[in-house]
Amino acid sequence: MRVTEQRPPAERSWQLMDDLYREAILDHYRHPRRKGHIEDADIHYYDTNPFCGDEITIELKVEDGKVVDAAFDGQGCAISQATASMLMEEILGKDIEEVKTWDKEFILDMLGIEIGPVRLKCALLPLKALKAGVWGLEEWPE
Amino acid sequence: MLMEMKPAAVTDRAEELKREFPILARRIGEKRLVYLDNAATSQKPEAVLRAMDDYYRLHNANVHRGVHTLSEEATALYEQARVRIARFLHAPSEKQIVFTRGTTESINLVANSWGRANLKPGDEVLITEMEHHSNIVPWQILRDQIGFTLRYIPLSLDGLLDVSDLDSLINERTKLVSFIHVSNVLGTVNPAAELIAAAHAVGAKVLLDGAQSVPHMPVDVQALDVDFLAFSGHKMCGPTGSGALYAKRELLEAMPPWMGGGDMIREVKMSASKWNAVPYKFEAGTPSIAEAVGLGAAAEYLSALGMDWVNAHERALVAYTYERLGQVEGLRILGPEPEQRSGLISFTVDEIHPHDLAAILDQAGVAVRAGHHCAQPIHDRFGIPASARASLYFYNTTEDIDQLVSGLERAVQIFAW
Repeated sequence: MRVTEQRPPAERSWQLMDDLYREAILDHYRHPRRKGHIEDADIHYYDTNPFCGDEITIELKVEDGKVVDAAFDGQGCAISQATASMLMEEILGKDIEEVKTWDKEFILDMLGIEIGPVRLKCALLPLKALKAGVWGLEEWPE
Repeated sequence: MLMEMKPAAVTDRAEELKREFPILARRIGEKRLVYLDNAATSQKPEAVLRAMDDYYRLHNANVHRGVHTLSEEATALYEQARVRIARFLHAPSEKQIVFTRGTTESINLVANSWGRANLKPGDEVLITEMEHHSNIVPWQILRDQIGFTLRYIPLSLDGLLDVSDLDSLINERTKLVSFIHVSNVLGTVNPAAELIAAAHAVGAKVLLDGAQSVPHMPVDVQALDVDFLAFSGHKMCGPTGSGALYAKRELLEAMPPWMGGGDMIREVKMSASKWNAVPYKFEAGTPSIAEAVGLGAAAEYLSALGMDWVNAHERALVAYTYERLGQVEGLRILGPEPEQRSGLISFTVDEIHPHDLAAILDQAGVAVRAGHHCAQPIHDRFGIPASARASLYFYNTTEDIDQLVSGLERAVQIFAW
């Protein structure tokens, strides 16, 4: 990803690392919100990242087009699990049509960090599972 | 104790050798690069880079075809590489070295050529629970097509093969035993000689996956009496896309080709064709010539270092690494004691996912692998989704390991509850 002619700046160091693992992300990782399962979920979607083995299950209860209950389960790195946890807090009460429009930028704004191409996959796994679920996809179109 | 384990001479020579690898002078951010992902691929010394560069600048042509000077030179260099690799492995003849793209292709060659010609329903192929995916999947594909039985030597939780049931696992139905010489996850050095003898006792052939052994220890195919040996060039200072299959002469002679094309034929008629002699029968199409030349240069380079020294250096350094990692809070090492392992250590740290560990280590300038290392069955056996792996080579020093440990301590700090 990084070409040798463009040496990374010297400050790309602990500062950025402390950013990537900023307190809010670590807090969600340590104390995940809405982790578990919903009985009679209307939307249920499981997805994995085969390259790192991260797993995410998203379950939603929808009434009158609004998300009234949400839960996730899974295992993986701090980035994927914290993102799922934040996403579950964010989604509660939202219109399902609005959820369908959430994209990469939305996730990055929510996380409030810059993220490299490799770890971006970790951050986007919960969104991938969520969107496949709300769009009713059998599997993610590659 | 630790001071004793820092043999100055070992580290001094490694420090000197580092200078022969241009990439090792790089920095990651402002940190000195510590490359500990050698089990994935090794770095390349000037000698190998120069051999490939000279090939393209001075000798490039297609091999075994033209009569012009360049073609003769290219052919001579390509065949010289084959001789160098044969010598490196103590093979009786260079005719027993088939160039491939690496270990995976070598194993697939055996499965598709020898396997298709020799395996039938009712036969058994025995592999182990410790295999890399490349020594599982080709046999699963072939099993589904032919209908033989694929069996596994189990893995014990101390990271060794459980051979207590070997007498029933290796039986008169066993036609092939195919196993990893050194585990790419656990570092375990498997008892190759014993397994080969047990297989031969029932008339089974043996394929040894040497991806993690050939680069790191002396491997003598005649002393081992192994039937097939697969290995990769890029893990032993050579270029990616290079590798070879060694096989016993009579097996290669009897095996049908698995890919058709130019160079592998003696004569092509509209009705039928005749095959070229070994090893060319298995090298269809224009080969990776520069890569073969690079691999030959790598074999010469390692021979000059001395594989006994390479092995001794790594064993001393892995013992030091084992000791130092043991001091990191919450760190668990997968696999056996240092005496039974090669120069790589996979580990987990409590409450920190391996990807997070690798990301924090990267910021410390330390390159390690995180994931399942193409060996999901091992991780299933240990009940973990993934691990982090530090894998050594002869250019690594105790200073590298100290930088790894301080990066790990930083990770523990960041993730402290």
